[in-house]
Amino acid sequence: MAREGMEVSIAAAEAVALCDTDCIAAYPITPQTHIVEHLAELVADGELEAEFIPVESEHSAMSVCCGTAAVGARTFTSTSSQGLALMSEIMFIAASLRLPVVMALVNRSLSGPLSIWNDHSDVMSVRDCGWIQVFVEDGQETVDHMPWAFRVAEDPAVSLPVAVNLDGFILSHVIEPIELWTKEMMQKFLPPFSPVNRLHPDQPVTMGAFAMPDLFTETKMAQNQALIKSKPIILKAWDELLQVTGRRYRPVETYQTEGAKILLVTMGCLGQTAQLAVDALREEGEAVGLVKLRLWRPFPFEEFRKAVEGAELLLVIDRAISFGGPGGPVASELRNALYHAKKPPRVVNMIAGLAGRDVQPNDFEQMVEQAKAKVAEGKEDDYLIYGVRG
Amino acid sequence: MAKPMDQYTWKELLPGCVVAEPGSSREYHTGTWRSARPVWDEAKCIKCGLCWVYCPDAAVVRKPDGYYTVDLDYCKGCGICAAECWPMAISLVEES
Repeated sequence: MAREGMEVSIAAAEAVALCDTDCIAAYPITPQTHIVEHLAELVADGELEAEFIPVESEHSAMSVCCGTAAVGARTFTSTSSQGLALMSEIMFIAASLRLPVVMALVNRSLSGPLSIWNDHSDVMSVRDCGWIQVFVEDGQETVDHMPWAFRVAEDPAVSLPVAVNLDGFILSHVIEPIELWTKEMMQKFLPPFSPVNRLHPDQPVTMGAFAMPDLFTETKMAQNQALIKSKPIILKAWDELLQVTGRRYRPVETYQTEGAKILLVTMGCLGQTAQLAVDALREEGEAVGLVKLRLWRPFPFEEFRKAVEGAELLLVIDRAISFGGPGGPVASELRNALYHAKKPPRVVNMIAGLAGRDVQPNDFEQMVEQAKAKVAEGKEDDYLIYGVRG
Repeated sequence: MAKPMDQYTWKELLPGCVVAEPGSSREYHTGTWRSARPVWDEAKCIKCGLCWVYCPDAAVVRKPDGYYTVDLDYCKGCGICAAECWPMAISLVEES
């Protein structure tokens, strides 16, 4: 199928519609994107046979999603920043009830000050909610990961909600050449939803019952194991996606890592800018490479350790701050992942690109210089808020 | 449940911890939470049934003679029946 210039949000909505989604519940005002706006249009115009449920808040949106997934409907929602914060209570419940809701999470900063721009502070606030979480970095990846998310979420061995993270504005609102899937591709890749648990009068079940202290620990162990064990299904779905689209996705992507002494580590759109910086630095003779984390939960420990093997310095770029903590959430996890490595690289953490502040290729070059200076000073365990004035 | 909660391993739980057996809460005797029990004075009881209506645990039981008693397996001793009984026929007696 030919590529077409489309706004990424619109393309994401078209992809969700092609997935034959049964129900979309969303709160329509800001922080929101064209994703649900366009889905509402498709339903209103009769092009998508689905229930579009406009609710009175994001808390209700996620509650409705739990209800519709529980009766066996293929369910989608999308939100950003404050909307995600309001959803968060019910996100934990969707995961613990093993309800395969799919969300396009358009990453934007949490207030205050009031901001509508892009960073990762929203998703990091729900890091531990038990969802499968993946990051995309361009329009094609966004479109490909809508059916992928349903395929993984609804797999009977998984049955967990999936959040596809895409950067707000710098990805969600740009126009890119995108290949939409055909119906044939979709039929080949995405089977009909056959729920593991279903609310139905013919076979009554109780969902969301309480657990006393003598059972709760076992429920959390089971939930954690389910998320960890979703990884082989995630990898298989990417293999199958390759068969259908010719595009290969991995939990940890690498660029110019061979022989690299310094590795940049990014998540989301910054990866593409970082590639340009790596090219420029390589031309200058610096042994620099790039590692891009695609899969955030379940965390791909094995692939990450392999990707950074042999590097002397990791420069981890975080787009959120853990206030009063060790810097950024990504760097803190990566340090943890490397703690038992035989020859772990040093880790320098830069916090950059908060609330839409632009990060250009030359900024990465500056960061590499600053990281080298920190290591020379023996202060590599600190973090820096890159480019902050004063 | 086929066995007490504290004997289940995590591997035995159904996905999402759904309860696939309807009415299984009957096997969980919440009466052990009780510190006081309702006692009816049938001389004052007018058989209006308000205690039966208001009991949040459906633990108040109507006897064949029309008076009321309580199923102590499930009564938590909350005292709502005594509070709602306007002829003052129910008193809460502390468990020893």
